[in-house]
Amino acid sequence: MARAITPRRKAITTVIAWTIGLLIFFPIFWTVLTSFKTEAEAVATPPRFLMFDWTLENYATVQERSNYFRHFWNSVVISLGSTVIGLIIAIPAAWAMAFVPGKRTKDVLMWMLSTKMLPPVGVLVPLYLLFRDTGLLDTRTGLVIVLTLINLPIIIWMLYTYFREIPGEILEAARMDGATLRSEILYVLTPMAVPGIASTLLLNVILAWNEAFWTLNLTAANAAPLTAFIASYSSPEGLFYAKLSAASTMAIAPILILGWFSQKQLVRGLTFGAVK
Amino acid sequence: MGRITLEGVAKRFGDVEVIPPLNLDIEDGEFVVFVGPSGCGKSTLLRLIAGLEDVSDGRILIDGSDATPLSPARRGLAMVFQSYALYPHMSVRKNIAFPMRMAGIDETEQKRRIDNAAKALNLTDYLDRRPGQLSGGQRQRVAIGRAIVREPSAFLFDEPLSNLDAALRVGMRLEISELHNRLKTTMIYVTHDQVEAMTMADKIVVLHAGRIEQVGSPLELYRNPRNVFVAGFIGSPRMNLFTGAAAAEYGAETIGVRPEHIGVSAENGKWKGRIGVSEHLGSDTFFYVEDTGLAEAVTVRADGEVALRHGDTVWLTPAEDKIHRFDANGDRI
Repeated sequence: MARAITPRRKAITTVIAWTIGLLIFFPIFWTVLTSFKTEAEAVATPPRFLMFDWTLENYATVQERSNYFRHFWNSVVISLGSTVIGLIIAIPAAWAMAFVPGKRTKDVLMWMLSTKMLPPVGVLVPLYLLFRDTGLLDTRTGLVIVLTLINLPIIIWMLYTYFREIPGEILEAARMDGATLRSEILYVLTPMAVPGIASTLLLNVILAWNEAFWTLNLTAANAAPLTAFIASYSSPEGLFYAKLSAASTMAIAPILILGWFSQKQLVRGLTFGAVK
Repeated sequence: MGRITLEGVAKRFGDVEVIPPLNLDIEDGEFVVFVGPSGCGKSTLLRLIAGLEDVSDGRILIDGSDATPLSPARRGLAMVFQSYALYPHMSVRKNIAFPMRMAGIDETEQKRRIDNAAKALNLTDYLDRRPGQLSGGQRQRVAIGRAIVREPSAFLFDEPLSNLDAALRVGMRLEISELHNRLKTTMIYVTHDQVEAMTMADKIVVLHAGRIEQVGSPLELYRNPRNVFVAGFIGSPRMNLFTGAAAAEYGAETIGVRPEHIGVSAENGKWKGRIGVSEHLGSDTFFYVEDTGLAEAVTVRADGEVALRHGDTVWLTPAEDKIHRFDANGDRI
């Protein structure tokens, strides 16, 4: 039965939704705003909203003191690298689990997911020692390896869900039609799974970009991505809110823009199967 | 050519034997229907022939050469699936072209075959649409078109009509029969619908629990069912099967009489009963006669004009020469 939506009800829902949305967005908005204030204005009480002397000084200082582009490049390499390698491993894995499941496929999937439940700090020391002994500390290679492994369960799960939605008969039809395994994957499976693969890729890039535990603990200077760049403004010389905000804004801007442009894809990807 | 021979073909999934070793000959150009209740292994058997499943034992010969180790693509067979299994991201034209593209057939030849198939299947106006924009019947025709252009040595149909509504099903049934008459290519058709089997087949293979119960022409199976299972499965409405005293009288464990072989009269006859439900179809009338002491309800087919109604007491008389007798194992005597 369709529920009647009265104008009043609609108005209330709209107000509530906007309030929640603004509340969630407020910290980001405030960070961006603060990044354009002077240090004195940043900590002024009462805080000033838009009526302050706008300045780009913080951005200049931040760029002067630390090399933004090196961190940015590290973030790009680490997030894209771990995602691409993750996809290369996950596509065949998800393919096998979705189309030729064995008796233990479900168990394997659950087991993989269970690794996500382990608190990362529990393996910090062993992993740190491993990295130290193998010379992977503070290298991009090391971070790519760690982030690939950390996000692999999610990539496989997502792809598995997408592939499960593709009817096996279509792939069998392709086989009957003379397609080799390669043509089957290239001309039939991939075009049908592109939306799924794309949203998996996007989500994983975002997760890897934002990952802060391992990137902070396993890097020092060389491989430090943007997360470490932000962190470097949070302590050493006391708190400089304006500069910290400028650094944060610079760090989250790229992923925010990516997220903005791909939100349709992401939402469609994350709700795939659930609303079919 | 499309002569298919199964030699001792068996299929096991783990410890479960779904198809015990069986032998079957399918002649070139024959329209063979595998029919049986769901779970009887008919689709599995078709998939074994297609190469989509590996046989556990035995050999599959296509035109005399062993096709058992060959991949589905190399067996030269085309298959039409129940779900149509069209490629949703390709236009109708590209769907039909796909097998030719895989076979490396040149573009002009591709175009010629697509045009011919589209004309034969009334798809010319839909070639640039996607499968999602077509109705069920049109989708099934695209699937058939995709099978035709391969010029296969045999067509395999896996319950192709079960997703269509009743009216469309009858139409498509005729189209497939006409296609067979025109192409004269071997067709193997799987269905659980015995009406489809009876109307389309040159040869019916009745399967039950993975075993072949009987192979023969529709009328052979109808007239001389080899056992109780075939007797009960082929024919609509079902054959009446009686056990006990009525069967013992004929020296059998079970006897079977088809609805049209029982005479019905208001005055006299062999078995007395009362009409329960009656179905008037115009040309025929079906009575379900109760309280006969033979079976729960005896189905009788009578002329459309018979003036008998629900609740009337009637006498039934079987045509003695049309009674099928079966022994304790269910086999024909």
